[in-house]
Amino acid sequence: MELVLSLAIGVLAASGIWLILRPRSFQVIVGLCLLSYAVNMFIFAMGRLTLSAPPIMPRGGPIDPTTYADPVPQALVLTAIVISFATTALFLVVLIASRGVTGTDHVDGQERES
Amino acid sequence: MTLSPEHLIIAPILIPFFAGALMLIYDERQRQAKLMLGLISVAATLVASIELLVRSKGSELTGGNDIGFYLMGDWAAPFGIVLVIDRLSAMMLVLTSLLALPVLTYAAAGWHRQGQHFHPMLQFLLMGLNGAFLTGDLFNLFVFFEVLLAASYGLLLHGGGQLRVRAGLHYIAVNLTGSLLLLIGVSLIYGATGTLSMAHLSMLVADLGEQERALLHAGAGIMAVAFLVKAGIWPLSFWLPTAYMAGAAPVAAMFAIMTKVGVYVLLRLSFLTFGVAAGASAGYGSLVLVGGGLATVAYGLVGILASQSLGRMAAHLVLVSSGTVLASAGFVLEGAGTGVLAGALFYLLSSTLATAALFLLIEPMSREEGGIAAMLALTADAYGLDEREAQPEVGLAVPGTLAVLGATFTLCAIALAGLPPLSGFIGKVGMLRGMLAAELPIPALGWAFVALVILSGLATLIGLVRIGIQTFWATESEPPRVLALEIGPVLVLVAMLAVLTFKAEATMRYMQQTARAVLAPAIYAEGVLGAPRTTETQEEAE
Repeated sequence: MELVLSLAIGVLAASGIWLILRPRSFQVIVGLCLLSYAVNMFIFAMGRLTLSAPPIMPRGGPIDPTTYADPVPQALVLTAIVISFATTALFLVVLIASRGVTGTDHVDGQERES
Repeated sequence: MTLSPEHLIIAPILIPFFAGALMLIYDERQRQAKLMLGLISVAATLVASIELLVRSKGSELTGGNDIGFYLMGDWAAPFGIVLVIDRLSAMMLVLTSLLALPVLTYAAAGWHRQGQHFHPMLQFLLMGLNGAFLTGDLFNLFVFFEVLLAASYGLLLHGGGQLRVRAGLHYIAVNLTGSLLLLIGVSLIYGATGTLSMAHLSMLVADLGEQERALLHAGAGIMAVAFLVKAGIWPLSFWLPTAYMAGAAPVAAMFAIMTKVGVYVLLRLSFLTFGVAAGASAGYGSLVLVGGGLATVAYGLVGILASQSLGRMAAHLVLVSSGTVLASAGFVLEGAGTGVLAGALFYLLSSTLATAALFLLIEPMSREEGGIAAMLALTADAYGLDEREAQPEVGLAVPGTLAVLGATFTLCAIALAGLPPLSGFIGKVGMLRGMLAAELPIPALGWAFVALVILSGLATLIGLVRIGIQTFWATESEPPRVLALEIGPVLVLVAMLAVLTFKAEATMRYMQQTARAVLAPAIYAEGVLGAPRTTETQEEAE
């Protein structure tokens, strides 16, 4: 399971970085999305992988923390998902504005002269 | 429930937040109401920040360093989010509000009519800035960074136009990537140490195992890249000149403090986590700060000499300023002593105010005949605003425009180049004196720093004087019409520089105490972790 997760994070991050470096603005935004998926899974993985263990502990009484999943990364990842979703939407608006103003979808606002 | 005075700590975040939210209720045409609301909010924040600053000075008993804290939701540290106010953050809060007041007044002269929602976005930017200065929690820091970045995206695009959209696209892409790096770093640090509280982290660093230490270093390094992007360190600074040049004048002036947020966080985190008490981790990353800072100063220096327009030159001045502070932070981390840090903090204060004043001066200086009216018509057209909205300029035109503009420009140039008698000189002398007295592991770097600081002053002088001659002496066109509302804020900023100069002794003493407090992270950590919860205190009282 560790292998699957780390491969997934690695592939997502690699594709994201590749796409961010591409010249079309749509590629950049898809790259940022993929990279943020990789980061979200990475945050989740930082709570260590636990199988079939609840993150919320019952009230009162002494408990054994090893039978529970770490709740903090789960809370962090929720916040991170919401924020990256919102900023991606904002970026999308700017991207469309740039397409409308410059008439091209190149990130520099003009085609490279070859 | 009684309202204890501790709640004042959260005021610099809540005041702009509520003011910004309230502004959204108003229609876009009621700009005067929004402006008044904004002015009240900034003034209230300023009063609160000054009160916090006075309080953080502490008394003789606390060694002149009083750390205040605010436990959010009354969760005990280090489990909950804690807001911390000490000398460094109080100083940055006051600087932010001092900058926001002239910027807001300047925008009232016309810029806030050039697009929508200028006032709420400025308030949210202030909220994010103040939050980033106050927070004592790594993930909360990320959240406040996102708040201030989201507001800054909108502000950068304020006024529209092709140049701004293009610069904005790059700026947003760079900062989104930076935020993702910040998240990776924060989560790595959590994975390695199991804490997000800065104070708790600084206590844990010394006793970490070999494996965890490597992970912590990796996490801190990745996180630092995100802050270094914001601070504009070379080679991560290529987005900065275009973005700052493209922004509307008041926005660019407010952005003068945006690089300083990155610098502030680096100062705070590196001294807390990798200070002297950090065992095997002490001084981690100091050479990167020194090398990167020196390279940034060199790059900014060349950029100043190569710039043809004042806007680009001012952006490179921002780079020189943050590079200088970053390099001196690196030297202090290597053990250069409090003198360098105190000088660097003084320099940070002075250079931020001076670059902001310069950014506000650019637009009136390069204004052609009927500049603002023509521009207004153009953007009103592009924005599809109501025709009736494009009112003629209101307000008082300043007589003897060229003389006033020229005099303020000269004062800005003196402060930025670090010539006596203005405050830039005092900050630079403080840094250089500290450097010459310090015993560094690599003395050559110290000499390189001294040389670069002096050379950057010279380059600033050459560049600004050249622009000044072109604008004020070698021009044939009619002097531009400048409103009192536009030149007033610049004069206020210059007056702040003058006050900083006259009160140099008191300010320098404050900076030295601040530097001493920053270099003793144990006080901070113990203060925060020992923070009593309100319920506990109440129970004890009963």
